[in-house]
Amino acid sequence: MDFTTDVPIYIQIMELIKTDIVTGKLQKGEKMMSTRDLAVSLKVNPNTVQRVYRELEQEEVCFTKRGMGTFITEDEGKISELKESLADEKVKLFIEAMRSLNLNIEDVIRKIKFYEEASR
Amino acid sequence: MNYLINCINLQKNYLKKRALVNINLKFQEGKIYGLLGPNGSGKTTLMKVIADLHKQTGGEITICDEVPSHKTKAMVAYMPTENYVYSWMKVKEAVNFYRDMYNDFDMKKALELLSFMDIDLEQKVGSLSTGQRARLKITLTISRKVKIYMLDEPLNGLDPISRAKIKECIIDQFDEGSTMIISTHLVDEIEQILDEVIFLEKGEVVLQGETEEMRIKRGQSLEEIYREVYKHA
Repeated sequence: MDFTTDVPIYIQIMELIKTDIVTGKLQKGEKMMSTRDLAVSLKVNPNTVQRVYRELEQEEVCFTKRGMGTFITEDEGKISELKESLADEKVKLFIEAMRSLNLNIEDVIRKIKFYEEASR
Repeated sequence: MNYLINCINLQKNYLKKRALVNINLKFQEGKIYGLLGPNGSGKTTLMKVIADLHKQTGGEITICDEVPSHKTKAMVAYMPTENYVYSWMKVKEAVNFYRDMYNDFDMKKALELLSFMDIDLEQKVGSLSTGQRARLKITLTISRKVKIYMLDEPLNGLDPISRAKIKECIIDQFDEGSTMIISTHLVDEIEQILDEVIFLEKGEVVLQGETEEMRIKRGQSLEEIYREVYKHA
């Protein structure tokens, strides 16, 4: 896995996991890889992955069963909340990019509709 | 906090040349440290003082609260840059040699790692490729069970596959009860696996800190920070 190294790696891994949850690659209630295995497969420091799990737990995206490992939340409300916030982030970035091109919002909406129809 | 290495105003001179100047550093259990800097900045000298291969000229150093001695030597596994494994030996003999040299050598782990590293036990060390030799060196070092692991330039001059294997081995085998110090100037290769970094220049610590915090504070990669720190080096 390649990371942009000017952004903290733990934040990028959190995004990866959240995206996998929202897209269903990781199912609700599913057991997550051990921190060591995930560190090896992503080729990052094991402490970084531990931090990821700690932060995700604080955000209640996952939970730990003592001696059994870390699991994805079973709360569907939480998962749709994740989906919303990921979508919001992407839209915000998109709008910023469009603004930097000096496009007004009507033009942008027209473009979105056009390409959405064209890609059907 | 459990500090395994503590340097206080550490100094090392080679005749009149100052190789280490007032080094104050602490190394904590459970962390992987990057020792960064161009050639001649003091990385190897610092490692050799920690390994008790060199005596400091001034200041203090303790390894697990003890001054360097044969006792602390047994707590340190140091992999120098040189090819120190006898080339006339077979890989198998080199491994046995290590087992005989070090009480803490884990034979089972060594054999597992050698197979992961794709190294044939029957091959002569002298006929191994550069990448294979580097993989053998790291296997021998990591198969010891110690408190402090030091790898001097483990990725230099290696092909991408050897580098990937070595990195994977470091991550997989890292023991939370120990500390690991990796010296390099190939920062972008290794920055994902470092907890903390220490930048040395002309024997002095010019910057140090947690890698993730540095990224947050500066919005830069270690590679970019490295270029900034050493722009006039």
